[in-house]
Order: sequence, then C-alpha cells, then structure tokens
Amino acid sequence: MLSWARTLRTNGVLGLNERNAQVIQRFNARKLYPLVDDKLRTKRLALEAGIAVPELYCAIESQHDIRSWSKVVEQHTDFVIKPAHGTGGDGILVVTGRSSRRQKLYQLIDGTVISEAGISHHVSNIISGQYSFVGSRDCAMIEYRVETDPFFTAVSFQGVPDVRVLVYQGYPVMAMVRLATRRSRGKANLHQGAVGAGIDLASGRTLSGVLGNDIVTEHPDTGEPIAGLDIPMWDQFLSLAARCYELTGLGYLGVDIVLDRMHGPLILELNARPGLNIQIANKVGLKNRFTLVDNLTAKHDADEKVTFVREAFIQ
Amino acid sequence: MEDRAYRVVLIATVLVVVGGAIFLYKWQGLGFPVQPDAETQIWTVEVTVSFAAGPGPIKANLYIPGLTPGFAILEENYLSRGFGYTPGYVSGGRQVQWTRRRARGVQTLYYRVVIYKDPALIESDTTPPFPEPPTLSEPLHTAMEQLIEDVGNKSADPGSFTVELLKRLVRPDRDQNVEIFVGTAPTAAGIARTATDLLAAARIPARTIRGIYLQEQQRRAKIVSWLEIHDGTRWLYFDPLTGKEGLPDNFLQWWTGDDQLFEIDGGKDVEVRFAVKSNFMSPIEVARRRSDERNSLVAKFSLFSLPIQTQAVYGIMLLIPLGALVVVLLRNVIGIQTFGTFMPVLIALAFRETQLFWGALWFVLLVSLGLMFRFYLERLRLLLVPRLSAVLIIVVMLMLIMSIISHQLGFESGLSVALFPMVILAMTIERMSVVWEERGSQEAIQQGLGSLFVAAACYGIMDLEMAKHLVFVFPELLLLVLAATLIMGRYTGYRLLELYRFRELRRGPD
Repeated sequence: MLSWARTLRTNGVLGLNERNAQVIQRFNARKLYPLVDDKLRTKRLALEAGIAVPELYCAIESQHDIRSWSKVVEQHTDFVIKPAHGTGGDGILVVTGRSSRRQKLYQLIDGTVISEAGISHHVSNIISGQYSFVGSRDCAMIEYRVETDPFFTAVSFQGVPDVRVLVYQGYPVMAMVRLATRRSRGKANLHQGAVGAGIDLASGRTLSGVLGNDIVTEHPDTGEPIAGLDIPMWDQFLSLAARCYELTGLGYLGVDIVLDRMHGPLILELNARPGLNIQIANKVGLKNRFTLVDNLTAKHDADEKVTFVREAFIQ
Repeated sequence: MEDRAYRVVLIATVLVVVGGAIFLYKWQGLGFPVQPDAETQIWTVEVTVSFAAGPGPIKANLYIPGLTPGFAILEENYLSRGFGYTPGYVSGGRQVQWTRRRARGVQTLYYRVVIYKDPALIESDTTPPFPEPPTLSEPLHTAMEQLIEDVGNKSADPGSFTVELLKRLVRPDRDQNVEIFVGTAPTAAGIARTATDLLAAARIPARTIRGIYLQEQQRRAKIVSWLEIHDGTRWLYFDPLTGKEGLPDNFLQWWTGDDQLFEIDGGKDVEVRFAVKSNFMSPIEVARRRSDERNSLVAKFSLFSLPIQTQAVYGIMLLIPLGALVVVLLRNVIGIQTFGTFMPVLIALAFRETQLFWGALWFVLLVSLGLMFRFYLERLRLLLVPRLSAVLIIVVMLMLIMSIISHQLGFESGLSVALFPMVILAMTIERMSVVWEERGSQEAIQQGLGSLFVAAACYGIMDLEMAKHLVFVFPELLLLVLAATLIMGRYTGYRLLELYRFRELRRGPD
C-alpha cells in the first residue's frame, strides 16, 4: 500500500487533499470564485476581452420572468438552458428542436420530448437554486446551442464533446477531450459516464481514453478508435485557455472549450476546482508539470506560454 | 506554507499540552477515574450524642476523625439545633466543640462523616520525639525496671519489644510485676495505656489510638483501642489484647490518647452512639465531592456543576466531536463520499437509541421510501422549497407509520425511529434524488452506502463505553480531538481510495 503511494508520488500524481490544500487554496483566491462560478459573469467578462463564447440569448433571473423564455427562443429552433451557478454539468437542458406535431412540445437531445410547462418547471428549479452548489437563488441562461464539428460526431454519442484544458499559472499544462456516451446521456462529463481522452499538448493528437477510472481505446457506443485523432485548430484551443488566466486570475483553472462547426473553438465554461481524472486520461501526473512551470524565471505572455507548453510537454 | 504548517503543529501541540495537563491533573490529582465501571465503597459514620442539659451554659467536646490512615474524608457535617460549633485541632486529633448558653431537657447532637478507602493515606503522622520515662513511686518503679529488663532481653527492636511486652501484660498467668500495673481484669484501653507508660520507660514513643471497625451496617459500633508505637522510621500498630501487629483494613482511627470521646460541661446522662452504614458510589461522584472539598478551580468549571438534565444533554453533545473526527478521517484520509458532511454523525446519534442493526434497517427503509415519494414529486413539478417541505412532511409521516406498524407487530425497536433527525433525512433524500437524476443510480447508491458506512463507524466510536465516559468526565480531551483534526487538516497525502482510483498511473508514464 505504501509502495503504491510512493509510486504515485514518484509519478507526480496530484491527490484531492493536495489539490485542495496546496493548489486551490494557494492559487485560487476565494474572491475570484464568483467570476467562474457565475457563468453569466464569465460570459460577460469573456465578451469584454474578445474571447469567443456561445451567444447568450437571454438570462432569466426571477420566477416572475419564467414565461418569457418561450418568446426569446421563438426565432431559434435549438438552444441550451443552463443554471448560471451549476456544477458538473448538472441542470443543463439541451433543446434540439420543436415537435412537428405540436407547437408546445420540444425535443431534447436524448430524443425525449418535453412540454413548455416542463421547461418552465426546469427554469423555475434553476432559479430557486436546485442546481446551485451554494444552494441560493440562481439564474437561468438560455444560449446558443453549439453544433458539434463533424470531426467529433463519430466519436461522440450525441451531445457536445468538449476539450478540458487545465491551466496552471496561465500555462495550459494538460488537456483532454471529453466524449459523451449513452451512459452519460449526451453530457460530456466524466463522472456522468463520458469518456475522456488525453491530448498531446504539442500536436493536439489524442491519446487513449478513460471511462470511469479505466483506460479505454475505443468509444464504448460508436466503437470508433479514440486515440490518434488530430484535433483541428489546436493552437486556438490552447491560446483561448491561456487567455482565460488573464481573464480571471485563477492560478489553477479548468477551461472547457467546444468546437463549433461554424464558430470554431468557443469557451463553454471555466472551473475553479477542476477534477483530477485528466491525469488518468493522460496517464501523467500533474505535479511534475506544475514544478516545471514553478521553476520558470522568464515572464511569458499568453502566446509565449502556449509556445512554451507545446515544446515542454510532448508525449 | 512552511510557516503555516509550523503554526498548525504549534497550535496542536499547545492544545495537546493544555488538554493533557488538565486531564492528568484531574486523573492523578483529583482522582477522577479513567475507567467507566468500578464503584467505590463509602461509609457513612454517624455519631449521636444525647444528654440531659444541666444547669448553666453547655460546652461539649467530641473527638472527630482527623488522621485516618487508609481512609479519606469525603464530607462531614454537624447537626445540632441551637448550638454553635467549632471544629479544631487538639493534641488527641480533631475535636468539635458545641456551645450553648442555656438549654432544657434532652439535647441531641449529631456528627456525620462520609469516608472512603484511600490507600494513598498510609503514613499517619510525623516522627514523634522520644518520650520521657515515667517517674513512678516504689514499688511500681522497681517492678517496671524489672519488667523492662526482662522484655528487653527477649527482644531485638521496638517492634518485638512491644510484642513481648503485650504478651506479658495479657497472659492469664501474669506475674505480680505485671499485675500491679494492669489489675486483674484488664481492658484493651487499660493495657494500651499501661503499655504506653512502660514503652516510654524503654524510650519507645507510643500512644493509644481509638477508632471503630467499619462494617456493612452497624447500629452501635464499639470504640476499639489499639496501641501504636514508632520504631524510629514508621508507625506500627498492635492489638493490645492479642499482641498481633498490623491494623485491619477496616479500622477507622478516630482519635488518639486516653481522653474520653465526649466531654461535657453543663450536661449529664450522656449517651454516645456510633452508627455505620456502607454504600456504593460512583468514583466520579467521589472525585467530584473531593474536588469540591478542595475548592479546586477545575471542579468549579466542570460539567458536574450543571443541572442533571443539562449534563445529560452534554453527555451526548460531547460525543459529536468524536463523530466529526471519524468523518474527517474517513473522508479526507480514506476518501469515502457521503451526503452532507455531518449527516452521518447525526444518524449515528440516532443509532445510539435504535442499535446499529435496526438503525441501519430503518434508515435504509426510510430513505428508500422517501426517495420513491421524491421521484413522484419530481413529476408534479413543484418549486424547490415547497418540494423540500413536502419531502419533510412525508418523512415525518413515514416515521409515524413505521412506528405504529412495528408496534402492532410487536417490534418495539420501531418506536425509536422517531429519534432519527427528520430534517437531515429529508435533505439526504433530496440530495440523493438529485445525484440519482444527474449522475445516475450507481453513484447515488454508492454515496448513500458511504454515508451509512460512515454513520456506522461514527456510531461504533461514539457508542464505546470508554469514549462516553472519557469525554464526559474529561471534556478537556476534546482539545486533543481538535488538535488531531487540525493536524489532519494539513494532510495532503493521497486518500486511501485514490491509490485505487489512480491505479493506471501507478504503472508510470508510457
């Protein structure tokens, strides 16, 4: 048992306790959390800085305004409803279209149908704070539904695959792509059953994947190989991620980026407490990379940081 | 970073030292027991003095225990209507003096003392000076010289000298040299008094001690005399009638010397009675009273100064930190996930009443039924707070129904369902249903079982007799619990379950 711990330490694997005490408490000042915990705020910040994000259709902030959503989405056939304070992808409703037979029915991404009242109830739940991890009142965001780039459609079961880039002190030190599965019900979240695959930072090529805590090489539903895919516009992914550090000031940051078929890489959300499964997906511990960054003496801007990691972290 | 780690260690050390010091003082100094069981035997000795008040002011002196080898006094009180009393030290030990200007008829005075065995109190007194040899007139003087010489020839040290002397004094066929001292029908007190004089002639310090034998229950205990001599290093005790050495365990020394137990001016027809009653008392109670007696600051700020009901509440509350410590250990060091941080501790408190098996069964039953209702409520599309309230109401009703049904079926354990923290249960059901919905049944059940396991572990610790006893009698030990928690708060190593979670990374990079 002790030797297991020793091997993990030698491999530079970051544990939850160490992440919480040595990394998050140290580099993520609590006052900065609202910037990322409130996705509405993140979105506005990103827009100001000229960082690409999915278009916001509207934000519903009180129970009083609940009914207004149907007006706003009249000219859009598909859209996403999500809580501004949600965590881990909880409470996100992806509407892909309207039922052809009845106007008041909406189609969800998993193929089921939901009534207008059903959506209103969901919005109401969001506002009353059911998905907010602080448990207080929340607001619901209705925004552009990302259309997955065809590159990813073969290796994802419905849903929108996204790329999680872990940014340490502004350096994108590790990345993985998260692919929805049948089990994850179209959601690209690892603890909901999505597959994660590590990405070589230098080339943007995927490595083998992880399902739960196990290593997989093929997508469990589509059977397509997961490893060896070259992610298009990789440079943009990394530079978007690196710029998010300047946006928030958080030293340990998870940046979730989606690849839209029309708009290219878009920032979906930021996370001030990114999980540790990315290490399993990449089969590499984070700590060695942190140390490398800590030992840097030169001051880099966002682009130089990207250049640095593409040279330093080749797999 | 380093500074912070250092500070945590420093604070933890201070907490351990302070908590440990108070604990040691209470344990060793005040005698609070670390073991939960064990009862201490105590004796209540009551002296009743009655007399007919005579003419003039009354002044009565009663010897009361002062030096009591082998025993310690827990408390004493004086009961005497209309009399003033002053306890004080005199040459024969301690005396209480009752005084009154005038009184008529039969008066009764009481003195009551509660004592317990304390083996630590062995040495009874300091080393006495050598006594002056008595000056006697002839023919006593010659007889004494003769006797001392005889006995001296047959003995080696003060102890054997005393044994030999007593043998001669008690022997039925005693010679004339002896008889002129003790008379023909000697009493124990008489022999002891004579022996004291004769021992003084041999320059051996000696005195008579008076006391009673403590037995289970005695309405009229007899005053017994023993001979006590000092052999230069310690006191030795002899039964004057048999010459046997060694004080019996149950002998309670009351006073020393040849004085009367009770003396009175202004009264007659005196009757003195000793009554002894033995009792058992919790050692905690003994220690508490003793520290009261000593006016200890620690005792004043102890739990025992609170009303009984409040003490009972704290008896349970003080266990919660132990549960919290278990939660910290299981979550941060082992890595078990639970619903709500302290929910398992509160469930464990309920287990204390229901017992583990039934508690776990009721918990699973309540949560499963509650979840079923909660899933149905989801379809009704209620707002958050009304839905939570609905779950709470359903939980309360489920508890009631379970109690009634199990009572009808004759399972009395079902009645204790009422002790489950219902608000906590309602919140657990709510959170579990959200996790179920969002992350799948597997994770929800896993976290539910995790919570149950942590609750069972908390219960295991909180139900230990030793743990209950220690935190109640020594609440300062919570400082140690706090120290342990602080130290664990700085634990940044892997959680035990992470060794499994990251097993793929144990192989090293490809």
